[in-house]
Amino acid sequence: MKIILHIWRQRNADDKGRMARYEVPNVNEHMSFLEMLDVLNEDLIAKDEEPVAFDHDCREGICGMCGSMVNGVAHGPKPGTTLCQLHMRFFKDGDELYLEPWRARAFPIVKDLVVDRSAFDRVMAAGGFISVATGSAPDGNAILVPKEDADRAMDAAACIGCGACVAMCPNASASLFLAAKISHLGLLPQGQPERHERAVAMVAQANQELFGACTNIGECEAVCPKEIKLEVIARMNHDFLLAKLAGRGAAEEG
Amino acid sequence: MELDSKCPTGPIETRWDRHQFSLKLVNPANKRKYTILVVGTGLAGGSAAASLAELGYNVKCFCFQDSPRRAHSIAAQGGINAAKNYHNDGDSVYRLFYDTVKGGDFRARESNVYRLAQVSLNIIDQCVAQGVPFAREYSGYLDNRSFGGAQVSRTFYARGQTGQQLLLGAYQALERQIGAGAVEMFPRTEMLDLIVIDGHARGIVTRDLMTGKIESHLGDAVVLGTGGYGNVYYLSTNAKGSNATAIWRAYKRGALFGNPCFTQIHPTCIPVSGDYQSKLTLMSESLRNDGRVWVPAKKDDTRPASQIPEAERDYYLERRYPSFGNLVPRDVASRNAKAVCDEGRGVGGTKLAVYLDLRDAIDRLGKHVIKERYGNLIDMYERIAGEDPYQEPMRIYPAIHYTMGGLWVDYNLMSTIPGLYVIGEANFSDHGANRLGASALMQGLADGYFVLPNTINDYVASTKLEKADANNAAVRDAEEQVLQTTSKLLHNKGTRSVDSFHRELGKLMWEYCGMSRTAEGLKLALSKIPGLREQYWREVKVLGSGEELNQSLEKAGRVADFFELAELICLDALERNESCGGHFREEYQTPEGEAARDDAHYSYAAAWEFRGVGNRPDLHKEPLTFEYVHPAQRSYK
Ligand code: FES
Repeated sequence: MKIILHIWRQRNADDKGRMARYEVPNVNEHMSFLEMLDVLNEDLIAKDEEPVAFDHDCREGICGMCGSMVNGVAHGPKPGTTLCQLHMRFFKDGDELYLEPWRARAFPIVKDLVVDRSAFDRVMAAGGFISVATGSAPDGNAILVPKEDADRAMDAAACIGCGACVAMCPNASASLFLAAKISHLGLLPQGQPERHERAVAMVAQANQELFGACTNIGECEAVCPKEIKLEVIARMNHDFLLAKLAGRGAAEEG
Repeated sequence: MELDSKCPTGPIETRWDRHQFSLKLVNPANKRKYTILVVGTGLAGGSAAASLAELGYNVKCFCFQDSPRRAHSIAAQGGINAAKNYHNDGDSVYRLFYDTVKGGDFRARESNVYRLAQVSLNIIDQCVAQGVPFAREYSGYLDNRSFGGAQVSRTFYARGQTGQQLLLGAYQALERQIGAGAVEMFPRTEMLDLIVIDGHARGIVTRDLMTGKIESHLGDAVVLGTGGYGNVYYLSTNAKGSNATAIWRAYKRGALFGNPCFTQIHPTCIPVSGDYQSKLTLMSESLRNDGRVWVPAKKDDTRPASQIPEAERDYYLERRYPSFGNLVPRDVASRNAKAVCDEGRGVGGTKLAVYLDLRDAIDRLGKHVIKERYGNLIDMYERIAGEDPYQEPMRIYPAIHYTMGGLWVDYNLMSTIPGLYVIGEANFSDHGANRLGASALMQGLADGYFVLPNTINDYVASTKLEKADANNAAVRDAEEQVLQTTSKLLHNKGTRSVDSFHRELGKLMWEYCGMSRTAEGLKLALSKIPGLREQYWREVKVLGSGEELNQSLEKAGRVADFFELAELICLDALERNESCGGHFREEYQTPEGEAARDDAHYSYAAAWEFRGVGNRPDLHKEPLTFEYVHPAQRSYK
């Protein structure tokens, strides 16, 4: 089948950027979306045109490196799927697709479809962990975790840090990302001692990174390739509020 | 060159303890005066960087991805082994040690493997404390399952995303140190050369992938945790960016390369569907716990699976290996899949696939149980193949997955260049000629959390290192070489894309140095690769500039290294006139078609020394001795 692509081309951060139109004539239904882009790029190289830059690595939906907007939807039309796992059998001959990078103040564009998501790392560095040094752990079974809690923690921990939630949110809020980590660690007994400080520190860093505020629109949940649920945000707000009431973590908030 | 493994002697149970006691320590207050460069942020690199920073070292850490959390360890699905014996099913440190030495077909060091089995206990504890959400039983205790090639339940798991969760644990520990200012992180930064001053590894040359800036970073020791080289084959289960450049450039600077031909083929991957295929996706072999592998009993049977009656199905693993059945180790499962396809009994459009069937398990346990165990894997299969495994059996085929070979290291994980440490898949490691399932995560974390942070002190404490000088000729020379290579690639004005060459190399390697090898095929590959490599340098086309993000340029450098490495892999495979583990030479098999080792001649680790591109490298041999697990033919009958 033939697919018509309109792709955002931008040389670098200073370039203004524009949409460019391409045709990929021989798309096979078993190709992944990124394999279609590979085919396009090989074509461009043959014509001495620079290939489209896009981030990707694992191509199996787990590293969180890939992603772009496809017709205005982060990672494209199939729910619960990263761009690399989206296959061309979901499209039909002659489809026109508009590919744009994640757009958010906190994610500056590097080139074409590639953005800088290092703000996510800084949010994690602010508190997305349990402070345990190597070597100081008790036996694994000394800490019992009810199965239900472990399962819910795992649901939240499934986040791959791709940034689709931010890209899709009209406020460019990172709440789903933050809350996934806060819930994962906050649901486990090991995570309790730092639970409130963690929420305050991560939220404060997210504000500094210029992510927007959450107004409960829910677009993030709809595009999350790991189907992380909005309820994690409620948990985060709860932890954050309790911390504030108790006057904890005020120093970090600065 | 005399290869000194520095392995302790005496009773194996106490070797590591005694060795640790004999190592010199660095005063905690002095540690911050030393800078350690850690390249790679997977399980090995990430855990090492975090742990070294906790100890007080000044750490600089590098990864080519946009974040340390993307490293390919994240894609490991099945689980991590530990000899906890929580299930009272007869497991022990000794049994894990025994299984690993045997599973590796007696081509690993006993001392290393025993230490690995010991340390496995601490890893689970550490990861639980970090908040890794391992699967639990209803009682709240940790759950285990049995996994590829093991008869005890010693595999800990977090759904089908164990690698992800362990990596995020290490990543979080690393981010904590970054936040505390103890680690300086350089994402989107690729190591392109090693700096060796007066015989010691003192730094690396990197390229900032965003700006193209070539820069040197100097320090007191260099740690490579840069993963394996499966992407030599183009199609593999590795991430697209996984590459051998860091270890290869270190090899060219004098580090010996161990057992390059020991590559692992994973038996359960989703088969190739077309020429555009860019990578292969693994289906966790935990599926083999409940799935049954079969092909039609007769050749060229084109009926759909559901119309093939029970009597006309050949459950060939259960038939040939009654005691291990579908759980035989990876090399055995892979070779058997190839054999039945070669007989013309493969399934699917390409005839290069076998069935992995969950039907009986669904009937026995109910769909909900299977969904709970493998739900995300089954969904992934459905997304990629467009077929529903609850209705029809999955089609699978072996693919390159892991490389047991890598830079040669001693018991302290130090390469033959003093001050250069190599950890995780990047070293030639503890897995011998074949790695058991769920042992890669174990080794990566053992090296990074527990082994390296102990052994590196000894080097730092006992080596008089002057502050490395940025104006040293070695630094200038390394930078110059990187600049030259980069500019050569950019100004080549060739006609063919990097990928087209990479595919061609991959095909050649898979054909002649893949699942089974012959002297004839290897010689043919060795006669073709140099020509192809020269053609690459003449005809490769890299557009764009070096001063900005240029993904073709990144790939071009990596593929250039793959060409050289491919030759070494074939040479090693040709040199090793026996079959062992993942290295199967058709000339050397038992009458039943199993791998026939030749312990009298090949009970050694091959360590190759670079002698210039195009020149034959020198082979050094580290003899392997077995005091505890006595070499026998592996039998899974
Ligand atoms: S490339 Fe890793 S999630 Fe898509």
